[in-house]
Amino acid sequence: MTFLQTLVRGTKDLFKPDTLTPMQKMTLRFVVVGLLWYGIAVVEGMIMRVSLVKPLPPFPPGHYYAILTAHPLVGIFGSTYSVVFGAFLFLVPFLMKKPLWSIKAANWTCGLLAVGTLTFWGAAFISHYAPLYTLYWPLPADFTQFSVVGGTFFILGIALVMVGTALFVINVFKTITYTPAGFPPQPAGALLASALGLTGLRSLFSREKKEHLVSLPVAAIARGTVDTALNAGIILFTGVLILVYMVAELSGHSLKHSAVDALLYKNWFWWGLDLIADGLVLIYVAGTWYLMATLISGKKLFMENVARAALFVEMVVSWTVWSHHLMSDQAQPGILKILSGEMVTAFELITQGLAFTITLVTLWSARPLKMTNPLKFLLGGLLGFALAVPAGIMQADLGLNRILHNTQWIVGPHVHVAVLVGLTMTLYAAVYYLLPLLTNGAELYSQKLVNLHFWSHLLGGIGMGAFMGMAGLHGMLRRTMYFNGEFSGYMILAALSGSLLLLGFLAFFFNIVMSVGLRGVVGIFLPAKLNTKDLVPSA
Amino acid sequence: MIDSKLVLWGQTVGYTAYVLAVMAGMAWFAYKVTRDGSLKLIPNWVFHTVVGALVTVGVSLHIVTHETIPWKKLDLNRAHIAADKTFDIRVAAHKFTLPADKMTIVAGEKVLFNVTSDDLTYGFGVFRPDQSMLFQMQVLPGHRNDLLWHFEVPGLYTIRSTEYSGPKGIQMIEKDVIEVVEKAGEVLP
Repeated sequence: MTFLQTLVRGTKDLFKPDTLTPMQKMTLRFVVVGLLWYGIAVVEGMIMRVSLVKPLPPFPPGHYYAILTAHPLVGIFGSTYSVVFGAFLFLVPFLMKKPLWSIKAANWTCGLLAVGTLTFWGAAFISHYAPLYTLYWPLPADFTQFSVVGGTFFILGIALVMVGTALFVINVFKTITYTPAGFPPQPAGALLASALGLTGLRSLFSREKKEHLVSLPVAAIARGTVDTALNAGIILFTGVLILVYMVAELSGHSLKHSAVDALLYKNWFWWGLDLIADGLVLIYVAGTWYLMATLISGKKLFMENVARAALFVEMVVSWTVWSHHLMSDQAQPGILKILSGEMVTAFELITQGLAFTITLVTLWSARPLKMTNPLKFLLGGLLGFALAVPAGIMQADLGLNRILHNTQWIVGPHVHVAVLVGLTMTLYAAVYYLLPLLTNGAELYSQKLVNLHFWSHLLGGIGMGAFMGMAGLHGMLRRTMYFNGEFSGYMILAALSGSLLLLGFLAFFFNIVMSVGLRGVVGIFLPAKLNTKDLVPSA
Repeated sequence: MIDSKLVLWGQTVGYTAYVLAVMAGMAWFAYKVTRDGSLKLIPNWVFHTVVGALVTVGVSLHIVTHETIPWKKLDLNRAHIAADKTFDIRVAAHKFTLPADKMTIVAGEKVLFNVTSDDLTYGFGVFRPDQSMLFQMQVLPGHRNDLLWHFEVPGLYTIRSTEYSGPKGIQMIEKDVIEVVEKAGEVLP
């Protein structure tokens, strides 16, 4: 086939969108949406990286901070939520051996994530609404700096994402508990208790040991989804609060900012936000590691009961860990800083360390393994969290936080290494594993491009985090622009590393497009011709 | 008191060593997992040792810093420690209002910074001339934001906001407004 033929029809013309089931199409739509938003987030990241070397005239501070506001939200909601939700909406029925409760609701989730992200991204781009994701009160309602109309659309976009998230949550729990037509009655309560870990908890205090009704990966998805639901509630409530101030402003009645206590708001907001950062991300990732380790090795998971218990502990930890974000807030009670900020946060080292060890031992038990694409990306993801979690534990110390808080250390070695190397490489492992299953056997266009993707992403992600961290240790703040080249040496190196990330993404994107073809990409979004709730076409 | 620069140097060395060790370990694992070998089943005691190590590191980090980083105790007990000097600073409309008199500190003094915000959430950071940070805290409206610091190194220090408060916040820099002078009769090292 010529290059153009491959570009249009995919590698060896193997990918036929008409043969896809509605479930396959739904999942692939999530993946495409997630990758497109990831591409936007990478480009935004590069704009900011270059601006930190030397401020760029097209991006003055107002525009720079609008990008900085949208960037993490595009990365989390537009990209990561899309890929993760799509994968889990496929995997839960796959692992439970029954159809998804509602494919229609799943497609709505995909659409709402895409449209919601476009709405808040567009609002930030056009109006420069830029209170950052931290939203420290009363900044989001400071209309001397930000447009009320822009802010209203921004909040509306976030609300759409949260409605899509709520549909995902309902779909996951209904799929676990419902009885599909033609199936024998299923014990909804017992399935839910098993998924949430209540069965295991009761077994600790009982002589009668009950078997686990749901597999470990489903338990991980369910427990992470609890945090997803709680977080959606917090963000929706916060959005409504800000909207009240905006609507009042638009109607000519400015409300008193001091009616909302800044410290209480900060506690409330970080409690909710840590359900993502220290909750669902870590739980979903651990569950994905376990699933990938068992699929790749073909072996039973090492210490499975310990892994289940650790997932439960992680969920509880994620509800009680938020104070590590308030260690530099002098009005925050010292007891909360020590118990929630230092001690509970240290549990994350233990739970993630357990997940890391269990995954490696499970893989080890099956050696010699072939270094497949899913395996190499899985190892990259494990490495990312092995580097990023201890960096986070260090900044969650009262002594070190005094000299690290709000520096580039936080966003470099901790946040970006965790998200880009740890989380994203784990997701790539799942994408490479699921691709043949979701496309009915489409072949990758080029293994060399996969290798380029792997090394560029790994070295770029670690390099960028490292140079940002070095700048942070020398006093460079996050969320600040420097105009006199104070840290340009580190920032040039970080930007070069960032360009490796961009190169890796372009290699991956091009490889996927060449694998399924432009016709295939369009076909994914057309209605399915097969009318079935099966995951894959019956043979 | 130990200078925060020394703590950061220790952190740089420790974390860099950890990163290199973990990367080398993962490279070794990636190589060995593709090779056949006699030892495939890892004994449970190895796992339990790892768990013990994680618990030890997680708990001991904070105990070690409590005993070695002096400003940690100083901060937790600041309500019961008498300051040699107190500086009251106000922040409003993206502007610090400093005390009328120059903030001069004699090396060895414990100084309380009491910073009040009249509108937004800001940050209060003190920086050395080489841009590195001596310390920082958050400044929340409607709350007391106070920090006790033991100054020992003479020199000029700059104040800047360390928290995002909108695009205007990046201009919140008060250059060389704190001067730490050596104690009478002592000579700079």
